[in-house]
Amino acid sequence: MTDFFTAEMLARIQFAFTVSFHIIFPAFSIGLASYLAVLNGLWLRTKDDTYLILFNYWKKIFAVAFGMGVVTGIVMSYQFGTNWSVFSDKAGPVIGPLMAYEVMSAFFLEAGFLGIMLFGRDRVGNGLHMFATAMVAFGTLMSATWILSVNSWMQTPAGYGFNEDGQFIAVDWMKVVFNPSFPYRLAHMVIAAYLTTALVVGAVGGLHLLRERRNIAARKMFSMAMWMAVIVTPIQILVGDAHGLNTLEHQPAKVMAMEGHFDSHPDGAPLILFGIPNQAEKRIDYAIQIPKLSSLILKHHLDAPLAGLDTIPDDEEPPVAIVFWSFRIMVGLGFAMLGLGLWSLVARFKGRLYEAPILHRASIVMGPTGFIAVLAGWITTEVGRQPYTVYGVLRTSDSLSPIDAAAVAASLIGFIIVYFICIGAGTFYILRLMNKSPNAPNIGFNVGPMRSTGISAAGQIFASDGKTKMSEEK
Amino acid sequence: MELDYAFIWAAIIAFSVLVYVVLDGFDLGVGILFPLGESELDRDIMMNSVAPVWDGNETWLVLGGGGLMAVFPLAYATILPALYMPLTIMLLALVFRGVAFEYRWRTTRGKRFWDHAFFGGSSVAAIMQGIALGALVQGIEIENRAYAGGWFDWLTPFSILCGAAVWFGYGLLGATWLNMKTEGALQAKMRDYAYKCAIVTLALIAVVSFWTPFLNEDYFHKWFSFPGSLYTSIAPALVVIAIWRLFTGIKQKHDIWPFAASILLFVACFGGIGISFYPNIVPTSITIWEAAAPDNSLKFTLVGALILMPMILAYTGYAYWVFRGKVKPDAGYH
Ligand code: HDD
Ligand code: HEM
Ligand code: HEM
Repeated sequence: MTDFFTAEMLARIQFAFTVSFHIIFPAFSIGLASYLAVLNGLWLRTKDDTYLILFNYWKKIFAVAFGMGVVTGIVMSYQFGTNWSVFSDKAGPVIGPLMAYEVMSAFFLEAGFLGIMLFGRDRVGNGLHMFATAMVAFGTLMSATWILSVNSWMQTPAGYGFNEDGQFIAVDWMKVVFNPSFPYRLAHMVIAAYLTTALVVGAVGGLHLLRERRNIAARKMFSMAMWMAVIVTPIQILVGDAHGLNTLEHQPAKVMAMEGHFDSHPDGAPLILFGIPNQAEKRIDYAIQIPKLSSLILKHHLDAPLAGLDTIPDDEEPPVAIVFWSFRIMVGLGFAMLGLGLWSLVARFKGRLYEAPILHRASIVMGPTGFIAVLAGWITTEVGRQPYTVYGVLRTSDSLSPIDAAAVAASLIGFIIVYFICIGAGTFYILRLMNKSPNAPNIGFNVGPMRSTGISAAGQIFASDGKTKMSEEK
Repeated sequence: MELDYAFIWAAIIAFSVLVYVVLDGFDLGVGILFPLGESELDRDIMMNSVAPVWDGNETWLVLGGGGLMAVFPLAYATILPALYMPLTIMLLALVFRGVAFEYRWRTTRGKRFWDHAFFGGSSVAAIMQGIALGALVQGIEIENRAYAGGWFDWLTPFSILCGAAVWFGYGLLGATWLNMKTEGALQAKMRDYAYKCAIVTLALIAVVSFWTPFLNEDYFHKWFSFPGSLYTSIAPALVVIAIWRLFTGIKQKHDIWPFAASILLFVACFGGIGISFYPNIVPTSITIWEAAAPDNSLKFTLVGALILMPMILAYTGYAYWVFRGKVKPDAGYH
C-alpha cells in the first residue's frame, strides 16, 4: 500500500478531492445566479409578488452556496503552485493569463456586485439592484468561460510552442483560447449547471407541493423548473453527443475507455451497455452489448471500423474502469432527467402538474442527480485524460512539485477534515432553508410592506424607514 | 530600473498584494477583534460592517497569488512549494472564516461555534500571512528552477515575529475601521483597542525593521549605503507621519484619520519591504526578469489589466460608497 501512496498519488487525490467539492458549488451558483436574475427581472416587469418571494427565498440559499464556492475556489488557485509547481512553471505562461483574465473579468465582477445584490436593494433602488444581480450572473458565466478554456486547452492543446526553458509559450492566443474542445465543453458545462439548478428547484417545489398544494410560490417554481428540464435536457444530450464526437477526434483513447473498447473492431463496433472492465486481461467481463451500435453512434455507419485500446501503448492508457462507469452514470442520469421532463409535460397537458404527488416525489428523488452527473462527467473527462496533464505533451508524473509525501498527506488530511466540517454544515443549512415553506404564513399578498420569507421576521425588503438592515436581509 | 513588461507587472502584482493586505487586513482584523465585542449585538454590527465587501477584498488575494502564475510562473512555482505549510494552513483558516459569514445567521445552536470559527480563522490566516512574509524575506533556497529547501524552513523566530506583527497590525486596521463604522460604546471600545494595537504593532515593526537588514548583506547595503539610504529614508519618513496622525486622530476621537493613518502605515512598511526585495521577486536569487513569463504572455495579460483594472477599482469603490456610513444597530432580528 505504501507504494500506492506516493507524493504524486496523494497530490492527485488531493486535487480530485478539492476540485470535486469545488465544482459542486459553481454548478449550482452559475444556474442559480441566472435564475435569480430572471426572477428579479420578471418581478420588475410583471409586479407579480410571487417572483419577489421566490427571489428572496433562493437568494438566501444562493448566499450560502456562493460562500462555499468562493472559499473552495481560492484553495484551487493556490493548489496549482503548491502541488503542481513544475506544471505551473511550464504551463503558466499559457494558462496563467487565461486564469488572470478570469480573476479580472469574472471574480471581481461577482464579488463587487454580490454585496449590492444581497444587501443593497433599498440603498440603490430597484434599477441598479437589477443591474447588480445581472452582473453577478454574468460574472459566473464569464468565470465558467475562462476556466473551461483553461481546462480545454489542457485536454486539447493548440496554438503553442516552447521556449528555451522548456516552458509552453503561446504562438496564437486565439487558438489557445478557442482550442478544439472548448466550445463543446463550455456549452455542455453551462447547460449542466442550468439543469442541475433546475432539478434542485424542481425538487424543492415538489416537496412544498406535496405539503401544500395551493402554495403559489411552490407552484411557480415547480413549473419553471419542469419547463427547464423538458427543454434543456434534450439539448444537453445532443451537445453531449457532439462533445463525444469531438473527443473521438482529439482524444481517441478516452473514448475507447468510455466505450470499453479494449479491442479494435474493423467491421462495426458493438455498444457495450454494461460489463466489468478488466484492465489486466484487457477485456470487459460479462458484457451486455448491442452489435454495431457504437459504430453507428460514433461514425454514423453500422460497419465503420473503430480502433480499440490495443492500438495504444500501455503506458498511455487511461484507467478504463473509472471512465467506463462514470460515463455510464452521467448518460444514464441524463436519460432519467429526460424522462422526468417528459412526464411533467404530460402532466402539464393533462392539467395535473400540481396534483401529481408521484411526479412530485420523483422530482425530489431527481433533485441531487444534477450534481452526480456533473461529477461523473468531470471524472470521465479528467481521468480519461490520464496519464497527461497537458494531453499528449506533459505527463502527470512530470508535473508534480518536489514535495514529500508526508507534506501532501498532512495537507490532504487537513482538507478532508475542514471540508467535511464546513461543507457538511453548509449543506445542512441549505437543506434546512429549502425545507422552509417559500410562503411564510404572515405574508399578505400585495398589501403593505412586503416581508420576505424564511426565518422569523427576517428580511423586510422595503424597510419603511428606508434604512438598510444588512444582516436581516440575508 | 527600466520600464519593461516585467517591471510593469511587478508593479501591478505589488499593487494587488498591497490592496489585498489593506482591504483584507481590516476585514481579518474585524475577525481578530470579534471576541472583544461583548454582546451579541456588538458582534452582529462588527460582522455586518464587512459582510457586503469581504468577498471583493479576498479576490485581491486570488489576483496577487493566482496572477503570479500568469506573469511570474517561476516565482509562483518556487514560492508556493517553499511556503507549502503556512499557505495551506492559511487557506484552511480562510475556509472556516469565509463560511462563518453566512453560517452564523443560519443557526442559533451553532452560532457560538461559528463565532469562534470567525475569530480563529481570521487570526490563523493573519498569522500565517505574516509567517509566510517573514519566510520570504529570509530567502528561499532554489536549485535548478525549483525549491530546494526543507519542509520546515519557514518556521523561524524571525518568521514567527512577523506573524505576530501582522496579527496585531491587522487588529489595528480592524479597530480603526470599526472606529469609523460604529457608534457609541462600541466605537469607544474600538478606539481604545486601536490605541493598544498601535503600540504593540509599532514595537513589533521596530524589531522586525532592525532585524531585517542583518538577515543578509544585500538588505543591509540597500538600507545603509549612500545613495540608497536617501531613497530608503522615504519609507521611515512616511511611518513617522502615519504614527503622528494615528495617535492624534485617536486622541481627537476622529472617525476617519486613525483608519487612514493605519493604511498609510501599512503602505509605508510595504514600500520598505519592496525596497528590500527589488529587483528580486524570490529572495535572494530570482529577479523579476528571470521569473517573468515570455513577453507575449505579459503583453496579452497587460491589455486586459489596463482595461479591466480601472473598471474593477471603479465598481469596488462604488460598492464601498453604497455601504458608506455607520452600521445601524437594528435590534430585534436574528
Ligand atoms: C484548470 C484545470 C482543471 C479543471 C477546470 C479541472 N481539472 Fe481535474 N485535474 C487538473 C486540472 C483541472 C490537473 C491539474 O491537470 C489534474 C491534477 C493531476 C492530474 O492528473 O490532472 C487533475 C486531476 C483530476 C482528477 C484525478 C484524475 C486522476 O488522477 O486520475 C480528477 C478526478 C479531477 N481532476 C476531477 C475534476 C473535476 C471534478 C473537475 C471539475 C471542476 C476538474 N477536475 C476540473
Ligand atoms: C480546477 C480549476 C479551478 C480553479 C483553479 C478555480 C478557481 C476558483 C476561485 C479562486 C474561485 C473564487 C473566486 C472568488 O474569490 O470569488 C472560484 C469560484 C468560482 N468558480 Fe472555480 N475554479 C476551478 C474550476 C471551476 C470550474 C470548472 C468552473 C465552472 C465551470 C468554475 C466556476 C466558478 C464559479 C462560477 C465561481 C464563483 C463562485 C461560486 O461558484 O460560488 N470553477 N473558482
Ligand atoms: C445523456 C447524454 C450525455 C452525453 C452523451 C454526454 C457526453 C459527454 C461526454 C462525451 C463527455 C466527455 C468529454 C470529454 O472529456 O472530452 C462529457 C462530459 C461532461 N458531462 Fe456529459 N453527457 C451527457 C449528459 C450529461 C448531463 C445530464 C450532465 C449534467 C447535468 C453532464 C455533465 C457533464 C460534465 C460536467 C462533463 C465534464 C465537462 C466537459 O467535458 O464538458 N452530461 N459528457
